[in-house]
Amino acid sequence: MADRVADAIARASAEETARIISTLIRMTGDFALAEDCAQDAFVRALSDWRKGGIPDNPGAWLTTVAKRRAIDLIRHAGAEDRALRRVAVGADDPVEPDPDSNADIDDRLRLIFTCCHPALPIDARVALTLRTVAGLTPAQIARAFLVTEPAMDKRLVRARAKIRHAGIPYRVPPPDLMPERRDGVLAVLYLLFTEGYSATGGGDLIRVSLLREAIRLTRLLVELMPDDGEVRALLALMLLHHARSAARTDAVGDVVTLEEQDRSLWDRDAITEALTILQSLVPRAGRYELQARIAACHLEASDAASTNFARIAELYDALAFIDPSPVVELNRAVAVAMSQGPEAGLRLIDALVASRGMEDYYLLPATRADLLRRMGRGTEAATEYEKALQLAPSEAEKRYLGKRLAEMRC
Amino acid sequence: MEYMLFICTDSTARTTEPPVHTIEEWVAETTDGGTRRHGDRLRPANDATTVKLRGGRLSVTAGPFAETTEWIAGYDVIECGDLDAAIEIAAKHPMAQFGQIEIRPMWPIE
Repeated sequence: MADRVADAIARASAEETARIISTLIRMTGDFALAEDCAQDAFVRALSDWRKGGIPDNPGAWLTTVAKRRAIDLIRHAGAEDRALRRVAVGADDPVEPDPDSNADIDDRLRLIFTCCHPALPIDARVALTLRTVAGLTPAQIARAFLVTEPAMDKRLVRARAKIRHAGIPYRVPPPDLMPERRDGVLAVLYLLFTEGYSATGGGDLIRVSLLREAIRLTRLLVELMPDDGEVRALLALMLLHHARSAARTDAVGDVVTLEEQDRSLWDRDAITEALTILQSLVPRAGRYELQARIAACHLEASDAASTNFARIAELYDALAFIDPSPVVELNRAVAVAMSQGPEAGLRLIDALVASRGMEDYYLLPATRADLLRRMGRGTEAATEYEKALQLAPSEAEKRYLGKRLAEMRC
Repeated sequence: MEYMLFICTDSTARTTEPPVHTIEEWVAETTDGGTRRHGDRLRPANDATTVKLRGGRLSVTAGPFAETTEWIAGYDVIECGDLDAAIEIAAKHPMAQFGQIEIRPMWPIE
């Protein structure tokens, strides 16, 4: 029984937190109060459900308890204002909210856009989204981001205080702000995803869970904004990366390059879902759409040799136009090398070396080394592998580069 | 809500574009709409004086309290609905283009 209750609470936290908190914010206008009351409702559920059983509709039960708690707190504070009357009217309302109503969709969208407002520091946006939209506890978020729980609590408290003090509006942005703010939300979700993705293959399951949360939240956003192509493109991009998780490291945790991955380990269902999304998109050359289409080119090929690298180079061209970063240029050079030969790629990379801000970027010498190796220029390749080895950020990457360097020397 | 806009310089801004709005247009638009309460330019950091009282002793020093390459060139106090509205107003100020603007909510003493 105890386990069933714990499971039911964990499930309700993941599925219902955003709805409960957004409902309470709408009624009280107070972000922090709404969160506290939701938290209290979950604590009450733990004891009440063990005694009286799990209610048929845990979400409605939790919402009602949280609303009553809000009334108590506001009465206690002596703030007999309009907010209280509004809460009071709905508190014992036996009518369950229709989960698919427009009001409910708007409530949750408002919550997401408020948590991801650009006036909040990025780490606070990530933490607030996980707390109030995904329903993770501060302890879980703290562990995922490798900070102490008091530090995470402080980050959340400061973020809520800024929402209130700075007057960050609780709303879905108007159409003129929507493209920019939508991109801000997607950036938070993608950051969550990459945090989780970078931990796959390692033993840190809490960090890997961020990947699952990112996909779940993006699915939620797709549900709330079904007409937005970039939101769906981001989901496709995540699914395509996630599909390769099992193949990207070997048994001892070493990096396996895309070229050498065992393609039978790829998650076919995730790939199929992503490709279906991409087929349904009207091409608009959005940032995530282009990245998803690039990932799709890799995953559609039956082996590395039959990958359509000419198409990938074109897509990187388009991406470099909207997002002209050295990293995108480097990837474009690799695609050119794979479609037109290593010499053409090397010329592009040499031009990049001359550009600023790339001195410490280990993938630059690593890529040069790889192309030189393919051209049979082993001595030059070894020099570049050595440079890359010194700059590589992780042990797994150092081991990979070290292996290649040893090959060049024998 | 009431916000203070600190109109600041930014030595990294090297724009040669013509201003989207002139300061006269901005002042006229925000004042007529009732958004802008007051505001002004400030004399440069060279004309600043910093005062401290420590253990009963008064210290008066020349210059601003923090030696930085940027300085506050002016301020405006505005009244508007929320932070997004304040951002929109600040974005139209010519110094958003040629400098930078810090938005701070007022914290009234109750």
